[in-house]
Amino acid sequence: MSAQMQQLSSGRKGRKALPVGHYRGLGSWAVVFFIFLYLPIVVLIFYSFNANRMVMNWGGFGFDWYLKAFQNDDIQQAVWNSLIVATVSTIVATAIATMGALVLARGGSFRGKTVSLGLITLPLMVPEIVTAVAVLIFFSAIHLNWGLGNVIIAHITFCIPFAFMPIRARLEGMDTSLEQAARDLYASPWEAFRYVTVPLLMPGIVAGAMLSFVISMDDFIITLMVGGAGSTTLPVYIYSMIRRGLTPEINAVSTLLLLVSIAIVTAYWILSKKTET
Amino acid sequence: MSSWLPKSEAGRRWLGLAPSYFVIGIFMLVPMIIMGVFSFLEPNPYGGVKPVGSLDAYVKLFFEYDLEDNLVFNPGYLNIILRSFQLSFGATLLCLIFGFPVAYYITLQPENRRNFYIYLITIPFWTNLLIRTFAWIIILGRGGVIETPLLAAGIIEDSLRMMYTDGAIAIGLTYSYLPLMVLPIYASLEKLDFRLLEAASDLYANRFEIMTKVVIPLCKPGIIAGCILVFIPCLGAFIAPNLLGGGKKLMLGSLVQFQFASARNWPFGSALSMLLLSAVVVTLIFYARAARKREVMEGSA
Repeated sequence: MSAQMQQLSSGRKGRKALPVGHYRGLGSWAVVFFIFLYLPIVVLIFYSFNANRMVMNWGGFGFDWYLKAFQNDDIQQAVWNSLIVATVSTIVATAIATMGALVLARGGSFRGKTVSLGLITLPLMVPEIVTAVAVLIFFSAIHLNWGLGNVIIAHITFCIPFAFMPIRARLEGMDTSLEQAARDLYASPWEAFRYVTVPLLMPGIVAGAMLSFVISMDDFIITLMVGGAGSTTLPVYIYSMIRRGLTPEINAVSTLLLLVSIAIVTAYWILSKKTET
Repeated sequence: MSSWLPKSEAGRRWLGLAPSYFVIGIFMLVPMIIMGVFSFLEPNPYGGVKPVGSLDAYVKLFFEYDLEDNLVFNPGYLNIILRSFQLSFGATLLCLIFGFPVAYYITLQPENRRNFYIYLITIPFWTNLLIRTFAWIIILGRGGVIETPLLAAGIIEDSLRMMYTDGAIAIGLTYSYLPLMVLPIYASLEKLDFRLLEAASDLYANRFEIMTKVVIPLCKPGIIAGCILVFIPCLGAFIAPNLLGGGKKLMLGSLVQFQFASARNWPFGSALSMLLLSAVVVTLIFYARAARKREVMEGSA
Protein backbone atom coordinates (compact mmCIF):
# COMPACT_ATOMS: atom_id res chain seq x y z
CA MET A 1 0.00 0.00 0.00
CA SER A 2 2.71 2.45 0.94
CA ALA A 3 4.66 1.64 -2.19
CA GLN A 4 1.60 2.37 -4.22
CA MET A 5 1.11 5.66 -2.42
CA GLN A 6 4.68 6.61 -3.13
CA GLN A 7 4.26 5.85 -6.77
CA LEU A 8 1.12 7.94 -6.92
CA SER A 9 2.54 10.93 -5.13
CA SER A 10 5.59 11.00 -7.37
CA GLY A 11 3.06 11.40 -10.19
CA ARG A 12 4.72 14.23 -12.05
CA LYS A 13 8.22 12.90 -12.19
CA GLY A 14 8.19 9.10 -12.38
CA ARG A 15 7.52 8.25 -16.00
CA LYS A 16 8.28 4.58 -16.33
CA ALA A 17 5.22 3.11 -14.65
CA LEU A 18 2.92 5.61 -16.38
CA PRO A 19 1.62 7.23 -13.22
CA VAL A 20 -1.70 8.98 -12.77
CA GLY A 21 -2.19 11.83 -15.19
CA HIS A 22 0.17 10.42 -17.79
CA TYR A 23 -1.10 9.08 -21.07
CA ARG A 24 0.50 6.88 -23.65
CA GLY A 25 1.39 8.54 -26.94
CA LEU A 26 1.54 12.08 -25.53
CA GLY A 27 5.25 12.35 -26.26
CA SER A 28 4.92 11.18 -29.85
CA TRP A 29 1.96 13.54 -30.31
CA ALA A 30 4.18 16.40 -29.14
CA VAL A 31 6.92 15.33 -31.57
CA VAL A 32 4.44 15.39 -34.47
CA PHE A 33 3.21 18.77 -33.25
CA PHE A 34 6.65 20.33 -33.27
CA ILE A 35 7.45 18.86 -36.68
CA PHE A 36 4.23 20.43 -38.00
CA LEU A 37 5.17 23.75 -36.40
CA TYR A 38 8.72 23.86 -37.76
CA LEU A 39 8.41 22.00 -41.07
CA PRO A 40 7.46 25.14 -43.06
CA ILE A 41 10.29 27.15 -41.54
CA VAL A 42 12.85 24.42 -42.25
CA VAL A 43 11.55 23.92 -45.80
CA LEU A 44 11.65 27.64 -46.46
CA ILE A 45 15.25 28.00 -45.31
CA PHE A 46 16.33 24.82 -47.10
CA TYR A 47 14.95 25.92 -50.46
CA SER A 48 16.56 29.36 -50.15
CA PHE A 49 19.85 27.62 -50.98
CA ASN A 50 18.37 26.16 -54.15
CA ALA A 51 20.48 27.12 -57.14
CA ASN A 52 17.64 26.46 -59.58
CA ARG A 53 15.37 29.16 -60.98
CA MET A 54 12.24 27.33 -59.84
CA VAL A 55 11.64 27.04 -56.11
CA MET A 56 10.49 23.45 -56.18
CA ASN A 57 13.03 21.95 -58.57
CA TRP A 58 16.18 21.31 -56.62
CA GLY A 59 19.18 22.39 -58.67
CA GLY A 60 21.99 22.07 -56.21
CA PHE A 61 23.20 24.04 -53.25
CA GLY A 62 24.15 27.67 -53.68
CA PHE A 63 24.01 31.19 -52.33
CA ASP A 64 23.02 32.62 -55.72
CA TRP A 65 19.67 33.90 -54.58
CA TYR A 66 21.05 35.64 -51.53
CA LEU A 67 23.50 37.51 -53.75
CA LYS A 68 20.71 38.34 -56.14
CA ALA A 69 18.50 39.60 -53.31
CA PHE A 70 21.29 41.81 -51.96
CA GLN A 71 21.77 43.37 -55.38
CA ASN A 72 18.08 44.03 -55.91
CA ASP A 73 17.42 47.76 -55.51
CA ASP A 74 13.70 47.27 -54.85
CA ILE A 75 14.45 44.89 -51.99
CA GLN A 76 16.95 47.33 -50.52
CA GLN A 77 14.37 50.10 -50.70
CA ALA A 78 11.77 47.85 -49.07
CA VAL A 79 14.18 46.90 -46.29
CA TRP A 80 14.88 50.58 -45.64
CA ASN A 81 11.18 51.40 -45.56
CA SER A 82 10.54 48.52 -43.17
CA LEU A 83 13.36 49.62 -40.86
CA ILE A 84 12.25 53.26 -40.86
CA VAL A 85 8.62 52.34 -40.17
CA ALA A 86 9.50 49.82 -37.47
CA THR A 87 12.01 52.10 -35.72
CA VAL A 88 9.82 55.20 -35.65
CA SER A 89 6.67 53.27 -34.69
CA THR A 90 8.51 51.40 -31.95
CA ILE A 91 9.93 54.54 -30.36
CA VAL A 92 6.63 56.44 -30.43
CA ALA A 93 4.45 53.47 -29.43
CA THR A 94 6.75 52.49 -26.56
CA ALA A 95 6.77 56.05 -25.20
CA ILE A 96 2.97 56.27 -25.37
CA ALA A 97 2.54 52.80 -23.90
CA THR A 98 4.94 53.55 -21.02
CA MET A 99 2.96 56.65 -20.04
CA GLY A 100 -0.30 54.73 -20.23
CA ALA A 101 1.08 51.77 -18.27
CA LEU A 102 2.40 54.03 -15.49
CA VAL A 103 -1.07 55.47 -14.99
CA LEU A 104 -2.94 52.20 -15.30
CA ALA A 105 -0.60 50.12 -13.14
CA ARG A 106 0.28 52.78 -10.53
CA GLY A 107 -2.53 55.30 -10.60
CA GLY A 108 -4.73 53.31 -8.23
CA SER A 109 -8.32 52.70 -9.26
CA PHE A 110 -10.23 55.52 -10.85
CA ARG A 111 -13.26 56.05 -13.01
CA GLY A 112 -12.60 55.15 -16.60
CA LYS A 113 -9.81 52.68 -15.83
CA THR A 114 -11.55 49.72 -17.46
CA VAL A 115 -12.48 51.83 -20.46
CA SER A 116 -8.88 53.05 -20.81
CA LEU A 117 -7.59 49.49 -20.62
CA GLY A 118 -10.12 48.42 -23.23
CA LEU A 119 -9.15 51.26 -25.53
CA ILE A 120 -5.43 50.50 -25.32
CA THR A 121 -5.99 46.81 -26.05
CA LEU A 122 -8.60 47.52 -28.76
CA PRO A 123 -6.15 46.95 -31.63
CA LEU A 124 -5.64 43.39 -30.36
CA MET A 125 -9.36 42.63 -30.47
CA VAL A 126 -10.29 44.00 -33.89
CA PRO A 127 -9.44 41.72 -36.84
CA GLU A 128 -6.48 43.11 -38.74
CA ILE A 129 -8.34 43.38 -42.02
CA VAL A 130 -11.01 45.57 -40.37
CA THR A 131 -8.35 47.87 -38.90
CA ALA A 132 -6.67 48.04 -42.30
CA VAL A 133 -9.86 48.97 -44.11
CA ALA A 134 -11.00 51.47 -41.48
CA VAL A 135 -7.66 53.28 -41.50
CA LEU A 136 -7.63 53.29 -45.30
CA ILE A 137 -11.10 54.90 -45.35
CA PHE A 138 -10.06 57.42 -42.71
CA PHE A 139 -6.90 58.53 -44.50
CA SER A 140 -8.77 58.93 -47.76
CA ALA A 141 -11.60 60.84 -46.05
CA ILE A 142 -9.23 63.40 -44.53
CA HIS A 143 -7.03 63.38 -47.66
CA LEU A 144 -3.89 62.49 -45.78
CA ASN A 145 -1.14 61.52 -48.22
CA TRP A 146 2.08 61.33 -46.29
CA GLY A 147 3.24 58.13 -47.97
CA LEU A 148 5.38 56.34 -45.44
CA GLY A 149 3.94 58.66 -42.76
CA ASN A 150 0.51 57.07 -43.20
CA VAL A 151 2.03 53.64 -42.69
CA ILE A 152 3.89 54.82 -39.59
CA ILE A 153 0.71 56.26 -38.04
CA ALA A 154 -1.11 52.96 -38.59
CA HIS A 155 1.80 50.98 -37.16
CA ILE A 156 2.05 53.16 -34.05
CA THR A 157 -1.62 52.47 -33.38
CA PHE A 158 -1.41 48.69 -33.40
CA CYS A 159 2.02 48.57 -31.73
CA ILE A 160 0.79 50.37 -28.60
CA PRO A 161 -0.87 47.31 -26.97
CA PHE A 162 2.13 45.09 -27.74
CA ALA A 163 4.46 47.57 -26.06
CA PHE A 164 1.97 48.16 -23.27
CA MET A 165 1.56 44.57 -22.03
CA PRO A 166 5.13 43.75 -20.94
CA ILE A 167 5.59 47.23 -19.43
CA ARG A 168 2.41 46.91 -17.41
CA ALA A 169 3.30 43.37 -16.32
CA ARG A 170 6.70 44.60 -15.16
CA LEU A 171 5.17 47.52 -13.25
CA GLU A 172 2.67 45.30 -11.51
CA GLY A 173 5.39 42.88 -10.47
CA MET A 174 7.58 45.70 -9.13
CA ASP A 175 7.91 46.43 -5.45
CA THR A 176 6.93 50.02 -4.60
CA SER A 177 8.99 49.99 -1.39
CA LEU A 178 12.17 51.10 -3.19
CA GLU A 179 10.41 54.16 -4.53
CA GLN A 180 9.04 54.89 -1.10
CA ALA A 181 12.53 54.52 0.36
CA ALA A 182 13.84 57.05 -2.15
CA ARG A 183 11.06 59.46 -1.17
CA ASP A 184 11.87 58.95 2.52
CA LEU A 185 15.46 59.88 1.73
CA TYR A 186 14.26 63.25 0.40
CA ALA A 187 14.21 62.44 -3.31
CA SER A 188 11.74 64.63 -5.16
CA PRO A 189 8.95 62.73 -6.99
CA TRP A 190 10.80 63.38 -10.22
CA GLU A 191 14.11 62.08 -8.83
CA ALA A 192 12.46 59.00 -7.42
CA PHE A 193 10.89 58.36 -10.80
CA ARG A 194 14.02 59.10 -12.79
CA TYR A 195 16.56 57.25 -10.65
CA VAL A 196 14.48 54.43 -9.15
CA THR A 197 11.34 53.67 -11.18
CA VAL A 198 12.78 54.06 -14.68
CA PRO A 199 15.86 51.84 -14.17
CA LEU A 200 13.71 49.15 -12.56
CA LEU A 201 11.17 49.43 -15.36
CA MET A 202 13.79 49.31 -18.12
CA PRO A 203 13.59 45.54 -18.82
CA GLY A 204 9.83 45.92 -19.35
CA ILE A 205 10.32 48.88 -21.66
CA VAL A 206 12.97 47.04 -23.68
CA ALA A 207 10.75 43.97 -23.93
CA GLY A 208 7.81 46.10 -25.07
CA ALA A 209 9.96 47.86 -27.64
CA MET A 210 11.21 44.52 -28.98
CA LEU A 211 7.72 43.14 -29.41
CA SER A 212 6.58 46.34 -31.15
CA PHE A 213 9.53 46.17 -33.48
CA VAL A 214 8.85 42.56 -34.44
CA ILE A 215 5.13 43.19 -34.89
CA SER A 216 5.79 46.24 -37.04
CA MET A 217 8.46 44.51 -39.16
CA ASP A 218 6.12 41.58 -39.78
CA ASP A 219 2.91 43.44 -40.47
CA PHE A 220 1.56 42.80 -43.90
CA ILE A 221 -2.18 43.38 -44.31
CA ILE A 222 -2.41 46.84 -42.79
CA THR A 223 0.64 48.05 -44.69
CA LEU A 224 -0.69 46.53 -47.92
CA MET A 225 -3.96 48.44 -47.61
CA VAL A 226 -2.69 51.71 -46.16
CA GLY A 227 0.64 52.10 -47.95
CA GLY A 228 0.50 53.48 -51.44
CA ALA A 229 3.12 53.23 -54.16
CA GLY A 230 6.53 54.15 -52.84
CA SER A 231 5.84 52.97 -49.30
CA THR A 232 6.40 49.28 -49.93
CA THR A 233 7.74 47.45 -46.90
CA LEU A 234 9.54 44.12 -47.03
CA PRO A 235 6.50 41.87 -46.35
CA VAL A 236 4.47 43.74 -48.97
CA TYR A 237 7.33 43.37 -51.43
CA ILE A 238 7.56 39.65 -50.66
CA TYR A 239 3.84 39.36 -51.36
CA SER A 240 4.26 41.02 -54.75
CA MET A 241 7.14 38.62 -55.48
CA ILE A 242 4.96 35.63 -54.64
CA ARG A 243 2.26 36.90 -56.98
CA ARG A 244 4.76 37.33 -59.81
CA GLY A 245 6.07 33.77 -59.60
CA LEU A 246 7.93 31.58 -57.19
CA THR A 247 11.70 31.94 -57.27
CA PRO A 248 14.15 31.03 -54.50
CA GLU A 249 14.82 34.76 -54.16
CA ILE A 250 11.61 34.92 -52.12
CA ASN A 251 13.00 32.21 -49.86
CA ALA A 252 16.30 34.02 -49.46
CA VAL A 253 14.67 37.33 -48.48
CA SER A 254 12.13 35.54 -46.27
CA THR A 255 14.85 33.59 -44.50
CA LEU A 256 16.65 36.81 -43.61
CA LEU A 257 13.47 38.41 -42.28
CA LEU A 258 12.72 35.22 -40.35
CA LEU A 259 16.16 35.19 -38.74
CA VAL A 260 15.79 38.83 -37.64
CA SER A 261 12.48 38.01 -35.91
CA ILE A 262 13.86 34.85 -34.29
CA ALA A 263 16.93 36.74 -33.05
CA ILE A 264 14.82 39.50 -31.49
CA VAL A 265 12.35 37.09 -29.88
CA THR A 266 15.19 34.98 -28.51
CA ALA A 267 16.79 38.09 -27.02
CA TYR A 268 13.41 38.98 -25.52
CA TRP A 269 13.05 35.49 -24.07
CA ILE A 270 16.51 35.54 -22.49
CA LEU A 271 15.88 39.03 -21.14
CA SER A 272 12.54 38.09 -19.58
CA LYS A 273 14.06 34.95 -18.04
CA LYS A 274 16.83 37.00 -16.48
CA THR A 275 14.45 39.52 -14.98
CA GLU A 276 12.28 36.79 -13.52
CA THR A 277 15.01 35.54 -11.24
CA MET B 1 12.23 69.80 -12.78
CA SER B 2 8.69 68.55 -12.65
CA SER B 3 7.01 71.90 -12.33
CA TRP B 4 5.32 71.57 -15.70
CA LEU B 5 3.43 68.50 -14.54
CA PRO B 6 -0.15 69.05 -13.40
CA LYS B 7 -0.43 69.30 -9.63
CA SER B 8 -3.43 67.09 -9.06
CA GLU B 9 -3.42 63.31 -9.23
CA ALA B 10 -6.27 63.30 -11.74
CA GLY B 11 -4.50 65.82 -13.95
CA ARG B 12 -1.36 63.72 -14.11
CA ARG B 13 -3.43 60.63 -14.74
CA TRP B 14 -5.14 62.07 -17.79
CA LEU B 15 -1.90 63.55 -19.05
CA GLY B 16 -0.41 60.04 -18.99
CA LEU B 17 -3.34 58.51 -20.79
CA ALA B 18 -3.89 61.35 -23.27
CA PRO B 19 -1.42 60.11 -25.93
CA SER B 20 -2.96 56.62 -25.93
CA TYR B 21 -6.45 58.09 -26.17
CA PHE B 22 -5.36 60.44 -28.90
CA VAL B 23 -3.64 57.87 -31.12
CA ILE B 24 -6.01 54.93 -30.69
CA GLY B 25 -9.07 57.17 -30.55
CA ILE B 26 -8.26 59.19 -33.67
CA PHE B 27 -6.62 56.50 -35.75
CA MET B 28 -8.65 53.47 -34.77
CA LEU B 29 -11.97 54.31 -33.10
CA VAL B 30 -12.90 57.23 -35.35
CA PRO B 31 -11.95 55.30 -38.52
CA MET B 32 -14.19 52.42 -37.41
CA ILE B 33 -17.09 54.82 -36.85
CA ILE B 34 -16.52 56.37 -40.29
CA MET B 35 -16.45 52.85 -41.74
CA GLY B 36 -19.82 52.20 -40.10
CA VAL B 37 -21.21 55.38 -41.71
CA PHE B 38 -19.73 54.46 -45.09
CA SER B 39 -21.55 51.14 -45.03
CA PHE B 40 -24.83 53.10 -45.27
CA LEU B 41 -23.76 55.21 -48.26
CA GLU B 42 -23.74 54.66 -52.01
CA PRO B 43 -20.56 53.55 -53.75
CA ASN B 44 -18.63 55.76 -56.07
CA PRO B 45 -17.57 53.66 -59.07
CA TYR B 46 -14.00 55.00 -58.86
CA GLY B 47 -13.59 54.08 -55.21
CA GLY B 48 -14.83 56.04 -52.24
CA VAL B 49 -18.46 56.91 -51.62
CA LYS B 50 -21.21 59.28 -52.69
CA PRO B 51 -22.85 61.15 -49.81
CA VAL B 52 -26.22 59.50 -50.45
CA GLY B 53 -27.78 57.29 -47.81
CA SER B 54 -28.51 53.75 -48.89
CA LEU B 55 -29.01 50.28 -47.51
CA ASP B 56 -27.75 48.70 -50.72
CA ALA B 57 -24.54 47.43 -49.14
CA TYR B 58 -26.47 45.33 -46.65
CA VAL B 59 -29.11 44.28 -49.19
CA LYS B 60 -26.27 43.08 -51.39
CA LEU B 61 -25.32 40.52 -48.75
CA PHE B 62 -28.45 38.53 -49.54
CA PHE B 63 -29.99 39.83 -52.76
CA GLU B 64 -29.09 41.03 -56.19
CA TYR B 65 -31.01 42.94 -58.85
CA ASP B 66 -32.00 40.87 -61.88
CA LEU B 67 -32.38 42.26 -65.42
CA GLU B 68 -35.81 43.66 -64.67
CA ASP B 69 -34.59 45.38 -61.52
CA ASN B 70 -36.32 42.94 -59.19
CA LEU B 71 -34.63 41.85 -56.00
CA VAL B 72 -33.80 38.17 -56.13
CA PHE B 73 -32.13 36.10 -53.45
CA ASN B 74 -28.44 35.62 -54.15
CA PRO B 75 -26.68 33.07 -51.97
CA GLY B 76 -23.23 33.90 -53.38
CA TYR B 77 -21.99 36.14 -50.60
CA LEU B 78 -23.91 34.25 -47.97
CA ASN B 79 -22.03 31.12 -49.01
CA ILE B 80 -18.69 32.87 -48.60
CA ILE B 81 -19.71 34.07 -45.15
CA LEU B 82 -20.94 30.62 -44.24
CA ARG B 83 -17.74 29.03 -45.50
CA SER B 84 -15.69 31.49 -43.47
CA PHE B 85 -17.51 30.38 -40.35
CA GLN B 86 -17.18 26.70 -41.24
CA LEU B 87 -13.48 26.93 -42.02
CA SER B 88 -12.79 29.02 -38.91
CA PHE B 89 -14.75 26.56 -36.81
CA GLY B 90 -12.91 23.62 -38.38
CA ALA B 91 -9.52 25.22 -37.90
CA THR B 92 -10.36 26.02 -34.26
CA LEU B 93 -11.36 22.39 -33.69
CA LEU B 94 -8.17 21.14 -35.35
CA CYS B 95 -6.10 23.49 -33.20
CA LEU B 96 -7.85 22.19 -30.09
CA ILE B 97 -7.39 18.52 -30.97
CA PHE B 98 -3.82 19.08 -32.00
CA GLY B 99 -2.87 21.58 -29.32
CA PHE B 100 -4.51 20.35 -26.14
CA PRO B 101 -2.46 17.14 -25.73
CA VAL B 102 0.71 19.14 -26.35
CA ALA B 103 -0.21 21.77 -23.75
CA TYR B 104 -0.88 18.90 -21.35
CA TYR B 105 2.36 17.17 -22.25
CA ILE B 106 4.33 20.35 -21.55
CA THR B 107 2.69 20.68 -18.13
CA LEU B 108 4.05 17.24 -17.21
CA GLN B 109 7.65 18.27 -17.94
CA PRO B 110 10.15 19.65 -15.40
CA GLU B 111 10.11 23.43 -15.21
CA ASN B 112 13.18 24.46 -17.23
CA ARG B 113 12.15 22.17 -20.06
CA ARG B 114 8.60 23.57 -19.92
CA ASN B 115 9.92 27.09 -20.52
CA PHE B 116 11.93 25.90 -23.47
CA TYR B 117 8.90 24.23 -25.05
CA ILE B 118 6.89 27.42 -24.62
CA TYR B 119 9.70 29.33 -26.27
CA LEU B 120 9.60 26.89 -29.19
CA ILE B 121 5.85 27.43 -29.55
CA THR B 122 6.06 31.22 -29.44
CA ILE B 123 8.88 31.49 -32.02
CA PRO B 124 6.69 30.74 -35.08
CA PHE B 125 4.01 33.03 -33.70
CA TRP B 126 6.37 36.01 -33.78
CA THR B 127 7.71 35.31 -37.24
CA ASN B 128 6.11 36.61 -40.38
CA LEU B 129 2.79 34.92 -41.12
CA LEU B 130 3.00 35.66 -44.84
CA ILE B 131 6.34 33.87 -45.11
CA ARG B 132 5.19 30.88 -43.08
CA THR B 133 2.07 30.53 -45.22
CA PHE B 134 4.14 30.86 -48.37
CA ALA B 135 6.21 27.91 -47.14
CA TRP B 136 3.05 25.79 -47.24
CA ILE B 137 2.83 26.40 -50.99
CA ILE B 138 6.22 24.70 -51.31
CA ILE B 139 5.02 21.84 -49.11
CA LEU B 140 1.55 21.27 -50.56
CA GLY B 141 1.98 22.53 -54.09
CA ARG B 142 2.35 20.66 -57.36
CA GLY B 143 5.80 19.09 -57.32
CA GLY B 144 6.22 20.15 -53.69
CA VAL B 145 7.75 18.53 -50.67
CA ILE B 146 4.91 16.06 -50.10
CA GLU B 147 4.17 15.14 -53.70
CA THR B 148 7.66 14.68 -55.11
CA PRO B 149 8.73 11.70 -52.97
CA LEU B 150 5.32 10.06 -53.35
CA LEU B 151 5.49 10.43 -57.13
CA ALA B 152 9.05 9.17 -57.24
CA ALA B 153 8.16 6.12 -55.16
CA GLY B 154 5.21 5.41 -57.43
CA ILE B 155 2.69 5.60 -54.59
CA ILE B 156 0.70 8.21 -56.49
CA GLU B 157 0.60 8.65 -60.25
CA ASP B 158 -0.80 12.12 -60.60
CA SER B 159 -0.67 15.37 -58.64
CA LEU B 160 -2.71 15.23 -55.44
CA ARG B 161 -4.06 18.71 -56.16
CA MET B 162 -3.87 19.76 -52.54
CA MET B 163 -3.45 23.45 -53.24
CA TYR B 164 -6.39 25.80 -53.78
CA THR B 165 -8.75 23.66 -51.74
CA ASP B 166 -10.65 24.26 -48.53
CA GLY B 167 -8.38 21.65 -46.96
CA ALA B 168 -5.29 23.70 -47.80
CA ILE B 169 -6.90 26.79 -46.28
CA ALA B 170 -7.83 24.83 -43.14
CA ILE B 171 -4.24 23.57 -42.78
CA GLY B 172 -2.94 27.10 -43.28
CA LEU B 173 -5.31 28.55 -40.69
CA THR B 174 -4.58 25.79 -38.18
CA TYR B 175 -0.89 26.31 -38.65
CA SER B 176 -1.16 30.10 -38.38
CA TYR B 177 -2.96 30.21 -35.07
CA LEU B 178 -1.96 26.99 -33.31
CA PRO B 179 0.26 28.79 -30.75
CA LEU B 180 -2.73 30.91 -29.73
CA MET B 181 -4.52 27.71 -28.73
CA VAL B 182 -1.67 26.04 -26.86
CA LEU B 183 -0.55 29.04 -24.79
CA PRO B 184 -3.79 29.81 -22.89
CA ILE B 185 -4.50 26.11 -22.34
CA TYR B 186 -1.01 25.67 -20.96
CA ALA B 187 -1.48 28.73 -18.74
CA SER B 188 -4.55 27.19 -17.11
CA LEU B 189 -3.12 23.65 -16.97
CA GLU B 190 -0.04 24.97 -15.22
CA LYS B 191 -2.19 25.97 -12.26
CA LEU B 192 -3.79 22.53 -12.11
CA ASP B 193 -3.27 20.78 -8.78
CA PHE B 194 -2.10 17.31 -9.73
CA ARG B 195 -3.15 15.93 -6.34
CA LEU B 196 -6.72 16.20 -7.62
CA LEU B 197 -5.89 13.65 -10.29
CA GLU B 198 -4.51 11.31 -7.68
CA ALA B 199 -7.60 11.82 -5.54
CA ALA B 200 -9.78 10.94 -8.53
CA SER B 201 -7.68 7.86 -9.14
CA ASP B 202 -8.02 6.81 -5.50
CA LEU B 203 -11.75 7.12 -5.94
CA TYR B 204 -11.58 4.57 -8.76
CA ALA B 205 -11.75 6.96 -11.71
CA ASN B 206 -10.05 5.46 -14.75
CA ARG B 207 -7.65 7.42 -16.95
CA PHE B 208 -10.37 8.48 -19.35
CA GLU B 209 -12.60 9.73 -16.54
CA ILE B 210 -9.73 11.61 -14.93
CA MET B 211 -9.21 13.44 -18.20
CA THR B 212 -12.86 14.18 -18.99
CA LYS B 213 -14.14 14.77 -15.46
CA VAL B 214 -11.19 16.41 -13.73
CA VAL B 215 -8.59 17.85 -16.10
CA ILE B 216 -10.80 19.21 -18.87
CA PRO B 217 -13.40 20.88 -16.63
CA LEU B 218 -10.63 22.52 -14.60
CA CYS B 219 -8.85 23.99 -17.60
CA LYS B 220 -12.05 24.98 -19.38
CA PRO B 221 -11.25 28.72 -19.09
CA GLY B 222 -8.01 28.13 -20.98
CA ILE B 223 -9.77 26.04 -23.61
CA ILE B 224 -12.44 28.70 -24.17
CA ALA B 225 -9.84 31.48 -24.31
CA GLY B 226 -7.77 29.47 -26.78
CA CYS B 227 -10.77 28.77 -29.00
CA ILE B 228 -11.69 32.46 -29.12
CA LEU B 229 -8.12 33.57 -29.77
CA VAL B 230 -8.00 31.19 -32.74
CA PHE B 231 -11.53 31.69 -34.04
CA ILE B 232 -11.46 35.49 -34.30
CA PRO B 233 -8.34 35.88 -36.44
CA CYS B 234 -9.41 32.89 -38.58
CA LEU B 235 -12.66 34.65 -39.43
CA GLY B 236 -10.84 37.71 -40.71
CA ALA B 237 -7.94 35.80 -42.26
CA PHE B 238 -6.62 37.14 -45.51
CA ILE B 239 -3.24 35.51 -46.10
CA ALA B 240 -4.22 31.81 -45.91
CA PRO B 241 -7.29 32.05 -48.21
CA ASN B 242 -5.37 34.29 -50.57
CA LEU B 243 -2.20 32.22 -50.93
CA LEU B 244 -3.47 28.68 -50.29
CA GLY B 245 -6.99 29.17 -51.63
CA GLY B 246 -5.59 30.85 -54.71
CA GLY B 247 -7.85 33.88 -54.27
CA LYS B 248 -10.78 31.91 -55.70
CA LYS B 249 -11.90 30.27 -52.48
CA LEU B 250 -12.78 33.51 -50.76
CA MET B 251 -13.29 34.03 -47.07
CA LEU B 252 -14.69 37.09 -45.31
CA GLY B 253 -11.26 38.68 -44.85
CA SER B 254 -10.22 38.28 -48.46
CA LEU B 255 -13.68 39.38 -49.64
CA VAL B 256 -13.30 42.62 -47.68
CA GLN B 257 -9.85 43.23 -49.14
CA PHE B 258 -11.20 42.53 -52.63
CA GLN B 259 -13.91 45.19 -52.24
CA PHE B 260 -11.30 47.85 -51.55
CA ALA B 261 -8.45 46.74 -53.78
CA SER B 262 -10.26 45.60 -56.94
CA ALA B 263 -14.06 45.85 -56.88
CA ARG B 264 -14.01 49.42 -55.58
CA ASN B 265 -17.25 49.01 -53.68
CA TRP B 266 -16.33 50.68 -50.42
CA PRO B 267 -19.80 50.63 -48.83
CA PHE B 268 -20.11 46.88 -49.44
CA GLY B 269 -16.59 46.32 -48.08
CA SER B 270 -17.51 48.42 -45.04
CA ALA B 271 -20.73 46.45 -44.53
CA LEU B 272 -18.75 43.20 -44.66
CA SER B 273 -16.28 44.63 -42.13
CA MET B 274 -19.16 45.59 -39.85
CA LEU B 275 -20.46 42.04 -40.13
CA LEU B 276 -17.01 40.70 -39.21
CA LEU B 277 -16.78 43.14 -36.33
CA SER B 278 -20.19 42.15 -34.97
CA ALA B 279 -19.20 38.46 -35.12
CA VAL B 280 -16.17 39.34 -33.00
CA VAL B 281 -18.27 41.34 -30.55
CA VAL B 282 -20.77 38.47 -30.18
CA THR B 283 -17.91 36.03 -29.57
CA LEU B 284 -16.36 38.30 -26.95
CA ILE B 285 -19.70 38.83 -25.19
CA PHE B 286 -20.15 35.07 -25.09
CA TYR B 287 -16.67 34.81 -23.57
CA ALA B 288 -17.31 37.54 -20.98
CA ARG B 289 -20.58 35.90 -19.97
CA ALA B 290 -18.93 32.51 -19.61
CA ALA B 291 -16.21 34.09 -17.47
CA ARG B 292 -18.75 35.88 -15.27
CA LYS B 293 -20.83 32.73 -14.85
CA ARG B 294 -17.72 30.91 -13.74
CA GLU B 295 -16.89 33.66 -11.25
CA VAL B 296 -20.39 33.50 -9.80
CA MET B 297 -20.21 29.73 -9.50
CA GLU B 298 -16.80 29.82 -7.90
CA GLY B 299 -17.92 32.61 -5.61
CA SER B 300 -20.92 30.66 -4.35
CA ALA B 301 -18.99 27.40 -3.98
